[in-house]
Amino acid sequence: MTQHNRAKSDVFQPSGQIQFGIFFQGVNSGTIWKAAESGSQTDFESFRRIAQTAERGLFAAFFLGEGLRLREHLGRPHALDVVGRPDAQTMLAALASVTKNIGLVATQNTTYNDPADLAHRLASLDLISGGRAAWNIVTTDNAWTGANFRRGGYLDHADRYKHAEAFVETAKRIWDSWETPAGPARRVLHEGQHYAVDVTPRLPRSAQYRPVLFQAGDSPEGRNFAARQADVIFSAHPKFDDALEFRKDLVERSVAAGRGANAVQIMPASEFILAATAEEAAEKKEWVRSLQIGPQQAVAYLEQFWGRELSAYDPDGPLPEIDPVVEETSETRGSGFHGAKARQLADQWRAEAKDKGLSIRQFVTSKTARIDATFTGSYTAVADHLAEYARTGAVDGFNISPWLVPTGLDDIVNHLVPELQERGVYPTEYRGSTLRENLGLETPVRTADAPSGAVRA
Amino acid sequence: MSNTNTPSAEGSQAGFLAIELDGAGWDGADISRAVLAAESAGFHAATFTDAPVPGRINALQRAAFAGPVTRSIALVPEVDTVYTEPFHVSTQLASLDYVSGGRAGWIVTADEAPAAAAAVGRSSVTGAALGQEAAASIEVSRRLWDSWEDDAVIRDVATGRYIDVDKLHYADFETPAGFAGAGYSVKGPAIIPRPLQGQLPVLAPASLLGEVQPDAVDAVLVSAPTPELLAAEVLDVRSRVGGSVAVIAELDVVLDSRGQAAASRETPFDGGRAAFAGTAAALTDFLESLLADADGVRLHPASLALDLDELGRLVLPGLRRRGVLRPVLQDGTFRDLLGLERPASRYASAAAGTGK
Repeated sequence: MTQHNRAKSDVFQPSGQIQFGIFFQGVNSGTIWKAAESGSQTDFESFRRIAQTAERGLFAAFFLGEGLRLREHLGRPHALDVVGRPDAQTMLAALASVTKNIGLVATQNTTYNDPADLAHRLASLDLISGGRAAWNIVTTDNAWTGANFRRGGYLDHADRYKHAEAFVETAKRIWDSWETPAGPARRVLHEGQHYAVDVTPRLPRSAQYRPVLFQAGDSPEGRNFAARQADVIFSAHPKFDDALEFRKDLVERSVAAGRGANAVQIMPASEFILAATAEEAAEKKEWVRSLQIGPQQAVAYLEQFWGRELSAYDPDGPLPEIDPVVEETSETRGSGFHGAKARQLADQWRAEAKDKGLSIRQFVTSKTARIDATFTGSYTAVADHLAEYARTGAVDGFNISPWLVPTGLDDIVNHLVPELQERGVYPTEYRGSTLRENLGLETPVRTADAPSGAVRA
Repeated sequence: MSNTNTPSAEGSQAGFLAIELDGAGWDGADISRAVLAAESAGFHAATFTDAPVPGRINALQRAAFAGPVTRSIALVPEVDTVYTEPFHVSTQLASLDYVSGGRAGWIVTADEAPAAAAAVGRSSVTGAALGQEAAASIEVSRRLWDSWEDDAVIRDVATGRYIDVDKLHYADFETPAGFAGAGYSVKGPAIIPRPLQGQLPVLAPASLLGEVQPDAVDAVLVSAPTPELLAAEVLDVRSRVGGSVAVIAELDVVLDSRGQAAASRETPFDGGRAAFAGTAAALTDFLESLLADADGVRLHPASLALDLDELGRLVLPGLRRRGVLRPVLQDGTFRDLLGLERPASRYASAAAGTGK
């Protein structure tokens, strides 16, 4: 039971290995749709192809995002990037029938779902996939997104983690409710500020007990939430030194939360641009970047911060000299764009671009490229680099966003994975059939029946 | 939406058969086995109940799991309209259409159990309000499924546009005046492009008609207390909904099987539906006469393991020989099976898209 001992220890012990997940599909400029090889973003065959490729490469997990409202640009749906995606759990249930081992991770919001309903659907996915389901917990709070939902925008920003935590704890009690695989279930009651739950859960525990929990928040509140509740954190710190720092921080938080130093795994978001040689990889990177940020996307990126049309400006010329017409950027383009101080930012960016001699297009490419998150190089050099992460325990793995659909993992699976396996830092087979086994996570212990019923406010 | 064509125009001799796959267990392999057995037996559609029974996996996910492993059978889950978010329901059903290659449908349900209300902390909805909830949810889905026109994804490299924004539309749904529950609105557009079928076929129980207008649905599910009363009920509903809506009879079935008489077999039936008990030959005769009036029959077998075998070996081949079943469609959609055209988006002729 080495996993068990590792998890309970207050001293962090690296596993010596890394694993991969795939995040599909980004509705952003990261996914190239202009190349001849760019496939459909909605056909099931694209999903099947990429999930089966990932499984051939022994990936631990296949992630899907959740769409709640289409991103907008200057008051209309944003036209320049890939957009449109399926319901995460419906697609993952379908993929469960054409895969065997890979984990199936659904991003689902705590604000626009009901705990009893979401817990039931996640338990369904977990059972139907033989114990391979996970929930990537996210929170949203704006009224703009709420316009698509019965309850509207009811939640204050400050309350979202409090709300999310009560939600997650209720879900855990629902998954914990069946005494044996044949029942009976204990009733789950919750009376909270934002919702009430009174349910006798319908589903037993799965082969992995309950869905694995992923979480992506990066604020101090988000990190504490992950330290208390999550199994894996989907971090924003892939760069080696940052990753070590983040690990140290998270270990402190999870020890403080009483869960031990190894309880929460870390898988940062990342992008890989690989080739046989460093030169070829650098050339490929130029090509990828030129297709990710075209001239129209470069101008549109600035328009988002300026709050006005800038189509008269040459994408290959300097940044606009006119000032933004908005105080702050809005949430309509996605959370990454929300709340920047527009005027201040524009001054800063103009100075920076002038300093470095960058055109609009070059400047926006430098801002939007996942600079820290991109691993570029030859298969062997990148494998050597990743081996360092494994040896030091900087991360437990990487969540890869492919820039091409559906062939974007081929290079990684065909060339990088064997290099990593040769170095002894990547699995050579699936350890088991459940996601929890494959990630090396501890199995939860069922809580005792509460003496006076399960009522808890 | 209104249908301009009539599913039953070819005459009532060519009907379709659906089978309820409840009882298929909670293991993915069980679900695959059951749906593949139903498909190879020649059923046109598989339905997935979502009534809250211990051990029963979410119906829509069972249907989605079945999508990639089947080729011709339509996959039709029940999805509640009262305690669900219409935006999620619409996205989930559109996604089911994609993973099944256009073979998805929706059996609209309106959960009246107080336990369903308590689970999500809402007050119980009863009576006419149930139908209002169903009608509103159907309308939200219909609008969202149309909110991307078919050719909205243009991938125009020259102008850098992935989509043509003029072909996306806000749904701007508002619950109508007189809505008994808490009113709500849904903005749109959908998060997913238009379903492969354009609009999924929507099936609703006859009990919801009234608040749910016939032209909001593509088929009505009809129940009666006994097999004898079922044909009359089918004719009655037919007269209420007109010729453009398919009428599907609901029938519990328990057959003589493996030397055991139907009458002596235990059944899970609760008396809410007409129940047929007898030999495969007698059921073949009964279905032949029922399909003279109904467009289709949804069978609820007492035991999938026993009755599906008898149905596939004896009943369906018998009905095929008598020419009363439509051919199974290879590479067809559920709409094709129902004889429905693929409709244009309601917004397609609008002069402008969102933001205008």
